[in-house]
Amino acid sequence: MGKTTKQLAKLSEGESLEDFVGPLGTPADIRKLGTVILVGGGVGVAPIYPQAKAYTKAGNRVISIIGARNKDLLILEDEMGKASTELYIATDDGSKGHHGFVTDIMKRILDSGEKVSRVVIIGPPIMMKVGAGVAFPYDVEILVSLNSIMVDGTGMCGGCRVTVDGKTKFTCVDGPEFDARKVDFVELMNRLAMYRGEETKAVEKYEEECRCGLH
Amino acid sequence: MQELHDEKTGKAKKERTPMPEQPADVRRMNFNEVTLGYRKEDALTEASRCLSCKDPKCVEGCPVNVDIPGFIKLVCEEDFAGAIEKIKGTNALPAICGRVCPQETQCEALCVLGKKGQPVAIGRLERFCADYEHQKGVKVPEIPEPTGKTVAVVGSGPAGLTAAADLAKLGHKVTIFESLHKAGGVLSYGIPEFRLPKEIVRQEVEYIKQLGVEFRPNYIIGRIKTLDELCDEFDAVFLGTGAGLPSFMGIPGENFNGVYSANEFLTRVNLMKAYDPLYETRVRRGNHVVVVGGGNVAMDSARSALRLGADEVSIVYRRGEDEMPARREEIEHAKEEGIIFRLLTNPVRILGDEKFNVTAVECVKMELGEPDKSGRRSPVPVDGSEFTIPADVVVIAIGTSPNPIIFKGSEGLEQNNRGTVVADEETGATSKCGVFAGGDVVTGAATVISAMGAGKKAAKAIDEYLKEK
Ligand SMILES: Cc1cc2nc3c(=O)[nH]c(=O)nc-3n(C[C@H](O)[C@H](O)[C@H](O)COP(=O)(O)OP(=O)(O)OC[C@H]3O[C@@H](n4cnc5c(N)ncnc54)[C@H](O)[C@@H]3O)c2cc1C
Ligand code: SF4
Ligand code: FES
Repeated sequence: MGKTTKQLAKLSEGESLEDFVGPLGTPADIRKLGTVILVGGGVGVAPIYPQAKAYTKAGNRVISIIGARNKDLLILEDEMGKASTELYIATDDGSKGHHGFVTDIMKRILDSGEKVSRVVIIGPPIMMKVGAGVAFPYDVEILVSLNSIMVDGTGMCGGCRVTVDGKTKFTCVDGPEFDARKVDFVELMNRLAMYRGEETKAVEKYEEECRCGLH
Repeated sequence: MQELHDEKTGKAKKERTPMPEQPADVRRMNFNEVTLGYRKEDALTEASRCLSCKDPKCVEGCPVNVDIPGFIKLVCEEDFAGAIEKIKGTNALPAICGRVCPQETQCEALCVLGKKGQPVAIGRLERFCADYEHQKGVKVPEIPEPTGKTVAVVGSGPAGLTAAADLAKLGHKVTIFESLHKAGGVLSYGIPEFRLPKEIVRQEVEYIKQLGVEFRPNYIIGRIKTLDELCDEFDAVFLGTGAGLPSFMGIPGENFNGVYSANEFLTRVNLMKAYDPLYETRVRRGNHVVVVGGGNVAMDSARSALRLGADEVSIVYRRGEDEMPARREEIEHAKEEGIIFRLLTNPVRILGDEKFNVTAVECVKMELGEPDKSGRRSPVPVDGSEFTIPADVVVIAIGTSPNPIIFKGSEGLEQNNRGTVVADEETGATSKCGVFAGGDVVTGAATVISAMGAGKKAAKAIDEYLKEK
């Protein structure tokens, strides 16, 4: 969680941001496919939730799997339950649902022989990478939603570039959803780490200021 | 002062009056403006060099045909308010043009004094007049009765701002849609503070707002609203969306951390103020910075990197210095500041370490080959001449093309194969009814003044179109 997220969390009702832009990117291609598995990890559950509603509305059987490190960090459980045909939960420490990874549940469903048309995985890049690896051998479309570092969100800077199928793509306009089998996750994770030092410092400074009652 | 430059002392007349500037060793450490502008005495001395030619060549060299001898004569008479009014009759953004126009290839290239000595420093005089006006406070002209017609302007670079100002002055209701949070286009995000202070851009934008133009930032046409929707909601549309899509070289290693497009690098520095410790929006500060390209964008990137504190900054360009498209003044300034020029050199590969950080650029030497059909000698690689330049930041400034996002979700706008919008040169009319375009989105990356000129012509054509509609 970065400094700006923390700042956002402190806003109260009626307060606003000076600048806000969107929607950006290419809209998700949501239509009736049959059965769809939606996998959300950590805060990745937030973007999975509107997808669950939309896939359900389009007439799909929606199997959602959401997870977090522990039950206190799990979000949108009730909402996801309502929006999906079936909901599974996994926590790393076993405090709720399956003790283990969301991808374990996904594999079980894929192994069950049920015909699944598409898997959508949204979460931390390492989870998407692992998830894509698990689903790789199955005859199913796998989509991931990438979150590379962005500046403008309009295709103007190229900071958000990712390699997909050996070609450079701009996540903000060509994405955020890409065919998981073709994404260079190692590059993505490395690029996401580019400002980690500065990010950590900014959070520390902000928290220190909060402690001193400055915010 | 004036006597010194009498006809008889012809000698003094050969040399133009220098403009005060920050010394190179000082300015390379800060982001303040490099050139300080003429003082009144400088302006009077320089203006007195002008011969007031009957058939002034300089005017022909100016893309918007500013009445150059006319305004210079008023400077001589110390009527600076009259001078700026004269300039503004044709050029809406003189404080900007006086700073960034490539005068040496435009008006000053044709000045008769240039044949035997140095041409009149037209740009510096223009800037002097504009700065004089800003100090005195800018008058907002009276806005005529509203015509009841509405125009959407997409993009707030020089093309969009000029079109908006002219249309507002004609009484049309103008709304500017801009995808970024700040107005100005390249003037805000691209050209650095030390060359064009953002305060000047802000004042120009403020002036345009005072004309009654509504400004909608954070508004991406093609995404939030389509061009077709704009056409339905407004009586006419002007597209001044520029050429903002960065080109990469397509060589291995381009995605290593520390490799930036010039757009990203300069946006982080200018718009996101990465040079200011008060801001937490960062850019990587390199020790060894390599900038690829030979235009203004490359010079600006290199000089920004230097000011961020790099030990060594080099420009890698595949042709020779004479072929560099950058303004002469920027090349000279860059050299004075210690930027290394590696000419006839072309990157072939970018190298990185296990942490995915860039470490070096592998280059090959080039030589000029046989002239091609256009008579230009194109560079060809010299076999076996590969060498590497250590680098922890690489900035790619090899060009841009129009951002295709504007075309999303709408039809009927003809483009050519370079991605530019096809528009009539005189009117800016496009293949889509009621849609006009001008500036870099039509020409590809060009200049501030040509974008302004296009905005001006289009405003006139839009006005006529609205009258007939
Ligand atoms: C670093 C740099 C240095 C330069 N130096 C010089 C110089 O010294 N002298 C000179 O004459 N020229 C210089 N140029 C070139 C000059 O700046 C451009 O030619 C000029 O700005 C083009 O003006 P424009 O109005 O056509 O477009 P731009 O200035 O590019 O403005 C276009 C605007 O449209 C917005 N936009 C784009 N798409 C959309 C959309 N879909 N919806 C809403 N808004 C959109 C963009 O955000 C931008 O603000 C330089 C360029 C750069 C990048
Ligand atoms: S050509 Fe040179 S000398 Fe003649 S009017 Fe123009 S600026 Fe003055
Ligand atoms: S965020 Fe700048 S191009 Fe994608």
